[in-house]
Amino acid sequence: MTKEHLTIGFLPLVDACLPILALEHGFAEDEGLSLTLIRDLSWATVLDRLLYGHSDAAHLVAPLAIATTLGRGRPAQPLAVPFVLGLNGNAVTMRPELAREVGKPGELADPVEAGARLANIARSRKFAGNPLRFGVVHRHSSHNYMLRYWLAASGIVPDRDVTMATVPPPFCADALETGEVDAICVGEPWNSVAVERGVGEIVMATAQIWRRGVEKVLAMREPVLEQRRGAVEALIRALRRAGEHFVDPENQEVNAAILARPEYLDGHADLIRYAISDRLLLSRNSDAMYFADYMFQHREAANFPWVSQAQWLYSQMVRWDGLEYSAADAEDAARVFRPEVYRSALSGTGDLLPGASSKVEGSLSVPTAVGMQEGAMIMNNNAFFDGMVFDPEDVPAYLARLP
Amino acid sequence: MRIAIVDESAARASIIQEGLAALDDCEIFVLTERRALVARIGEIAPDIVLMDLGNPSRDVLEEYFAVSRALDRPIAMFVDESDEEEIAASVDAGVSAYVVDGLAPGRIRPLLDLAVRRFNAFARLQSELDDARGKLAAREMVDRAKRILMDSRGMAEPKAYAEMRKAAMDQGKRIADIAEAIVTAHELMGGK
Repeated sequence: MTKEHLTIGFLPLVDACLPILALEHGFAEDEGLSLTLIRDLSWATVLDRLLYGHSDAAHLVAPLAIATTLGRGRPAQPLAVPFVLGLNGNAVTMRPELAREVGKPGELADPVEAGARLANIARSRKFAGNPLRFGVVHRHSSHNYMLRYWLAASGIVPDRDVTMATVPPPFCADALETGEVDAICVGEPWNSVAVERGVGEIVMATAQIWRRGVEKVLAMREPVLEQRRGAVEALIRALRRAGEHFVDPENQEVNAAILARPEYLDGHADLIRYAISDRLLLSRNSDAMYFADYMFQHREAANFPWVSQAQWLYSQMVRWDGLEYSAADAEDAARVFRPEVYRSALSGTGDLLPGASSKVEGSLSVPTAVGMQEGAMIMNNNAFFDGMVFDPEDVPAYLARLP
Repeated sequence: MRIAIVDESAARASIIQEGLAALDDCEIFVLTERRALVARIGEIAPDIVLMDLGNPSRDVLEEYFAVSRALDRPIAMFVDESDEEEIAASVDAGVSAYVVDGLAPGRIRPLLDLAVRRFNAFARLQSELDDARGKLAAREMVDRAKRILMDSRGMAEPKAYAEMRKAAMDQGKRIADIAEAIVTAHELMGGK
């Protein structure tokens, strides 16, 4: 049988794990696919390769898929997301002296208390003419939106009270060390690298800001999805199996060793293993602490591309990118996420498939049984830390309620 | 026209600079340092920025351009939207270009063509170099294998080489592969 070939672009981050493991463990091959992975060092290049046909699909920060569809920063090109590569997995890491003022040693900070303390510090630093500086990995990243969400809800106005800059993940530790930034929001293993070097301490996980925040996605050009539909559905099945393998504690050691290889993350297997076992090393010389849901790659249909997640991202783009809300843009943004492709790929596999395509985000604070196409699934806490609820039916009203 | 070349590889930057020096009326600035990149670009105020696709600072620069656009200092991504082919050629060559909005396409195109040619030339040089390195490594491997055969089987050098060549021909492999197999087997058997 000739195999269908797909090329997938990625950045060396732990949450590029599913395509890597789908290739390495033969799940893609089982589905009749041969995969080539292309590693790059900036999202701009991952995106350029996708748009100019060097890759068929890419590991991408979710908001960038929507920004590209809406023509933010580049000529508009419709992208499609049939699969979410994971939820959360990022952390806020601060320079040690700031981390100790904001949080408590040895534990993750409470986002409300830490936000209040941070607001005081931000005020005095601004008054002293030396405002706090935050680094995020890309303007169109969930890191940027989550961090800004937390700051704004804590009474800090980003860009006015504090400055925000883009720092590529491999340079985050350097930027903390030189004081170029006071805090960063980045994915693993880069928080752990900063901690290990003693230049930063982890204060919070982004999962504490939004417990089920959408993070990286599998993005492709919309025409490619249509032309390669069979291969894409095969890839989705392979990625689900990779996720099952990834979350099994039995496999953590072998998976960490694979991800650490030079052609993938080219990093330290021990640090990668912390992240994939939901453990965080908060400061140098401390013991790793366990935080359930730090990374969330598989359970509770985590890979299902909820249209409401795309709509939330669009709402934050309007909020922070100086966009006017437009019903047409909102619709284009919503259409980027393609739940029907996910369902079609997995129907008949026994996987749990949500019957709805959209949900009220942040509405669950206790485990709740949710109806699936067959049977039901328990979905846990998906709350925003400030208790706000995002109803995709009325984005303008949501935006009006936000600070 | 002010052109900034941002490249962490000083060798490649100078090859591009050399190529662009042929153009009339161009001032060229080469930036190989990551630190304070955005501040330097701000000082230079270039009309065109050329940057290699492998540079991790691309996202930083794009953020800066997006923000400066908001401040009414428009810098557009790549060339005109209509110039798809030119962009595709740039991406293939591994170079990205950022151009101040409103710059005449007639001035951009020859410059980009040159940059793309220079990038391709550099890539060719690099692959020739890699090739040469590979050949050198293969020769060293053959020499080691030859010594192993000479020591362990008391062969003279020409005989050792002839044995390896015969094995390569019989098995349809490269002589370097046979040599590698001999060296690996020798090491596995505890040889040094």
